[in-house]
Amino acid sequence: MNTSVLLATTARILTQFRHDRRTVALMVLMPSLLLVLLRFVFNSDQAFSRAAPALLAVFPFAIMFIVTSITTLRERTTGTLERLMTMPMGKLDLLFGYALAFGIVALVQVLVAVGISLTWLGLEIGGSVWLLVAIAGLDALLGTALGLFASAFARTEFQAVQFMPLFVMPQVLLCGLFAPREAMTPVLEWLSNVMPLSYAVDALTAVTTSSDITGELVRNLAVVAACGLLALVLGAVTLRRRTP
Amino acid sequence: MTSSAAVEVTGLRVSRGKRLVLRDVSCTILRGSVTGLLGPSGCGKTTLMRSVVGVQIVESGEVTVLGAPAGSPGLRNRIGYATQNPAVYADLSVAENIRYFCAVLGAPRSEVPRVIDEVGLGGHESQLVSSLSGGELSRTSLAVALLGKPELLVLDEPTVGLDPLLRDELWTLFRELADRGVTLLVSSHVMDEAARCERLLLMRDGALLADDTPAALLSRTGAGDLEQAFLWLVRAREAA
Repeated sequence: MNTSVLLATTARILTQFRHDRRTVALMVLMPSLLLVLLRFVFNSDQAFSRAAPALLAVFPFAIMFIVTSITTLRERTTGTLERLMTMPMGKLDLLFGYALAFGIVALVQVLVAVGISLTWLGLEIGGSVWLLVAIAGLDALLGTALGLFASAFARTEFQAVQFMPLFVMPQVLLCGLFAPREAMTPVLEWLSNVMPLSYAVDALTAVTTSSDITGELVRNLAVVAACGLLALVLGAVTLRRRTP
Repeated sequence: MTSSAAVEVTGLRVSRGKRLVLRDVSCTILRGSVTGLLGPSGCGKTTLMRSVVGVQIVESGEVTVLGAPAGSPGLRNRIGYATQNPAVYADLSVAENIRYFCAVLGAPRSEVPRVIDEVGLGGHESQLVSSLSGGELSRTSLAVALLGKPELLVLDEPTVGLDPLLRDELWTLFRELADRGVTLLVSSHVMDEAARCERLLLMRDGALLADDTPAALLSRTGAGDLEQAFLWLVRAREAA
């Protein structure tokens, strides 16, 4: 790994964002706007407090997935990826450079969403706010990593957008947001057990209900982090220097 | 392989999809020369260049570049490559683009103003690439290829859409680079650029028609200009 190339890539992506203020505003504010909408749909603090932790995982996850997969795909279709692959650029330098840049954006996104939820929307949490931010941030990073991986299988932006329902929606449906995971039929419960978003939602629910840092919480976080790392490494494996 | 060869291609076959794009191509490109790769659109010029740079999956044959197999990790900061479609970031300025690629190559920062100057983009540094004209865009891409003083430059149609004056300036730059010992492989489909090359590779339909100097081509075919020489070679090949 070459840190200076990695950091140059991060700086380059953040500069691209700086030139595109509308995208930045959409990315930073969208989860918060959706949470505000949800709060008024429920019209009750209790109901919102039950659903909000899971959605603090789901919204940044989904948004970072789609933003990352489109950005990476654009890098492929405009030929800049091929150019980078002819240069002394390590595949992991590129992917971690991406992950770091999007991770910074994701963290801002999550800070705003958590801030608004706790102050204006009346979300009450039993555990540490910072742990909540950290988990939601980690989850957004997972979305970034999966987006990087998924973009390898898309040839066009149209296909990349279709990967959102494929990669993201099943995880959202099975993560315990709509029905408790234990109450699902065995096949669905098993499926939900192999999906990383389920662990992120469990971890966020644990933090909002209690201030204990249990072994289960640590394990859930480790699973989310490991899945993100795995997706990045798989993303590097699917990156090819030679193409047909 | 002789020490004077920068690129040596032997028996290269490449298929893209079901189509055989290069059929048994062999050629040698001399160090410190400007070699023109000419032929109609779709004849395999880009595929041959991609094979030299090492980004093309080849079926069979050998491509040796600066003494190593094409695509070797050691070659990655010795070759400058500019694709036909300018591969730069549209949402960055000219200078931001060049600074980024400079950092990836690990080249000194002082290279940035030098290459901007060499391609005549002084004054456009802070302009967003998406707002550049077609010619300025391809020159930005060319500037990236010049970073880090590469020993071999592979340039795919670098002069398309440029006004005659700029085209002349770029060919003068290519000449200067070659005099400094840089090897250039430049593709074009404009025959009047061929006269400015030391050697010509004429391609048609995935095969080499000729690998010679412009003067030798003219005398061999008895043609008045290179356009006629090309036609003569095509007809001779079809008659055979």
